Amino acid sequence: MEHMAKVLVVNQERCTGCRLCESVCAVKHDGVVNPMRARIKIEKWEHEGLYVPMICQHCQDAPCMNVCPVKAISRDEELARVQVDYDICIGCRSCVAVCPFGAMNFNTIDKKVIKCDLCDGEPQCVRFCDIKAVDYVDAAKVSIEKKRDAAHRLATAKKQGADLVAGA
Amino acid sequence: MSMNRKVAIINLTTGEIQKKPISTEIRKKYLGGRGLNAYLLYNYLKPGADPLGPDNVLVVGVGFLCATMASGNSRTDVMGKSPLTNLMGSTNMGGFFAAELALAGYHHLVFLGKAEKPVYLWVNNGEIEIRDASSVWGKSVTDTQWTIRKEMGDEDIKFCVCGPAGENLVRYANVMTGIKNSAGRTGMGAVMGSKNLKCVAARGTLDIKIAHPEQALDYNKRFIDLITSAKVNQTMGTLGTPFIWGATNSWGGVRTNNFQYNQLRYADEIEPESLDEISKETCGEYNMTACFNCQVHCRAKYKIPQSPLADKFGLTGKYDEGPEYTSQGAFNSEPGCTDAATLLCANHLVDQYGVDNLEIGSMIGWAMELYDNGILTDKDTDGVDLRFGNGEAVLEMIHRICQRKTFLGDTLAEGPIRAAQKIGRGSEKYLVHVKGMSNLHSDERATPGLALNIMVSSRGSDHLRSRPAIDLYHLPPDVLKRIYSSPVPFEGNLSSDHRSYEGKPWQVFWQENCFMGVDCLGICKYHTTFLGATLPNFEDWARVIHYNTGLEMTPTQIWDAAVRGNMIERLINIREGFKKDDPHKGDVLVDRYYDEPAKRGAPDVVGSTLDRKKMTAARAEFYKHKGLDENGIPTPETLKSLGLEKEPSHAL
Repeated sequence: MEHMAKVLVVNQERCTGCRLCESVCAVKHDGVVNPMRARIKIEKWEHEGLYVPMICQHCQDAPCMNVCPVKAISRDEELARVQVDYDICIGCRSCVAVCPFGAMNFNTIDKKVIKCDLCDGEPQCVRFCDIKAVDYVDAAKVSIEKKRDAAHRLATAKKQGADLVAGA
Repeated sequence: MSMNRKVAIINLTTGEIQKKPISTEIRKKYLGGRGLNAYLLYNYLKPGADPLGPDNVLVVGVGFLCATMASGNSRTDVMGKSPLTNLMGSTNMGGFFAAELALAGYHHLVFLGKAEKPVYLWVNNGEIEIRDASSVWGKSVTDTQWTIRKEMGDEDIKFCVCGPAGENLVRYANVMTGIKNSAGRTGMGAVMGSKNLKCVAARGTLDIKIAHPEQALDYNKRFIDLITSAKVNQTMGTLGTPFIWGATNSWGGVRTNNFQYNQLRYADEIEPESLDEISKETCGEYNMTACFNCQVHCRAKYKIPQSPLADKFGLTGKYDEGPEYTSQGAFNSEPGCTDAATLLCANHLVDQYGVDNLEIGSMIGWAMELYDNGILTDKDTDGVDLRFGNGEAVLEMIHRICQRKTFLGDTLAEGPIRAAQKIGRGSEKYLVHVKGMSNLHSDERATPGLALNIMVSSRGSDHLRSRPAIDLYHLPPDVLKRIYSSPVPFEGNLSSDHRSYEGKPWQVFWQENCFMGVDCLGICKYHTTFLGATLPNFEDWARVIHYNTGLEMTPTQIWDAAVRGNMIERLINIREGFKKDDPHKGDVLVDRYYDEPAKRGAPDVVGSTLDRKKMTAARAEFYKHKGLDENGIPTPETLKSLGLEKEPSHAL
């Protein structure tokens, strides 16, 4: 059977804005708490209570990979991730410039680009996010679950509509 | 790492700034947060200083474990001499400021003197600068933060700020951060205002090294599982603290119409589930928000629904967070209002002004009782109809108090004792306070343990200093024994009955040290033995401290540090005039607890009063556990055993 890799899924509406994902990401990778080193970041609009986790989408046709002048960025199909080879990377930040999600970061302490590596298959942000605002699921299941949720919403709305008509 | 975070001493009069390291010895003695704040205040405060004068000292301190892999590590403690009580003032908030200050290189900021004109403090990666605050002086709590972020072009700056109430020297003004996180007791916002200090703005990207990263991650995961599997936290994570209202109000533990009753009737609109509906309708199915690194996420989001009241005050559609259980008491039961509109509007106003919801609700509830019994008349209220149940009057009085407008607004802004002295006419006997700070809306007549907690609390009537809340769960004695005999043994009896006096002084003493422990570490009380009996304390903290900071401390050493911190708070109070039986400055409950039986609620509550003799005996037993003499003063042996005999030593 063909290998089915998991993907990170962001359920933005669930995010409570606690930023534990940022902390554990930096601790896992660098042994320190410092959101500046985190591969994930919660963008906030505090005045309206809107929080959005931003993280690498590991694109199939990744702009960072395409733009890299020294081919330091590649796809690892086994983990379905886009990865940086730091032996090749020259730190030109072209990838930072083209990423449509702002998910390629430049760490100003170590002077290198950093991005999500899915913690080699055990993403710590998911491990610690109790409410599942970030989740790690089979790629094929993402749309199945969304489809089912949407179907339920539609069916409920339809029933409510029917009740309204019957009531009138 | 946490060990290398510094203290900065900022003289606002001269502009001089000193930066000092914190030695391992000081860490082991006081840990950080509230304990070290108390040490700094005791050392820097001139005895007898005017709390609103330049001689007062304001200490902003974050917990030792803030921005580490400890769970719920978001707490900031703010200390100074209280303009409300003239004793030690101390108050604590969550949010995101603590982590940012730690990431910027500091754990404690000590403010001396007074700036000539409004300023704010900019703290960024070790650098500290006093800046002009003229663009934000006069602005609301949130506008201040959004304005500076815009000026600096950085949405990640975090703040510790005073609102217009602080600028106007309302004696119970808050220090705040974010939308609603409030260091809300004892008037530290007024101390900021008196120093012309509008806010501290912090931004940091300095590494906080974790001593043992893998163990710290794993242990945090274990902690989180323990915390999120507790039913109490699951409920709090969906309904917020209002879930407590459902149980306590139906039981009869909520002071109502100031102190005339102990249960608010016909208030379905403010049941936790009803408030949750409003949050769902206005902010979606997932409407809870959290403090830094916390998985309890106990704060709801809401927008104020349209209503005649909200329209009248121009508040329809405004975004806010909460309301907390305390706001339900302050704006519903104490002023006798049963509607959600009053609650949600008032909650928003106090957040914008930056004023203590508990104190302002108590002051308004008290004024309403005075109006009810004819001590205050329409002439005194400048036309406000202060009848119980009038939500419009509650909102109007919040405006008047925070702007110090009209006789009554200005008077109530002075806090319980000064207001009673100004009004006279026997008004003082209607106050519900300890040491000059109003009690929250809980009614302790049926629970001697909880009553002893507010009686001896270092900052005045308050549940967050030593409340044995699990006393209400009727846990079997052997379970109580297991909790309350660690890390130091207790040989006496513990009772499962919340009406009993037996063993309660020890429980209050134990909780006092438990709460000092979390306040030193910067951990939220929802992550320890407060509302959940199974949550972590001393044993776990020893490991968490070691994994995160490398510091080796035994559970008993942490206990000792907590005892020491509490003793310094008592020493500050003694130096500022504490006398155990002084009705304004002592460990004293007002007569109403002894003389007026509770009128409503469950059979174990109706008719209850506290027993004066037994309470006095309980206080004496509590003093013994603490190593105090019969007057509540530490004995020389106690001070020596805690290494406090030479304080203030000015070692830091």
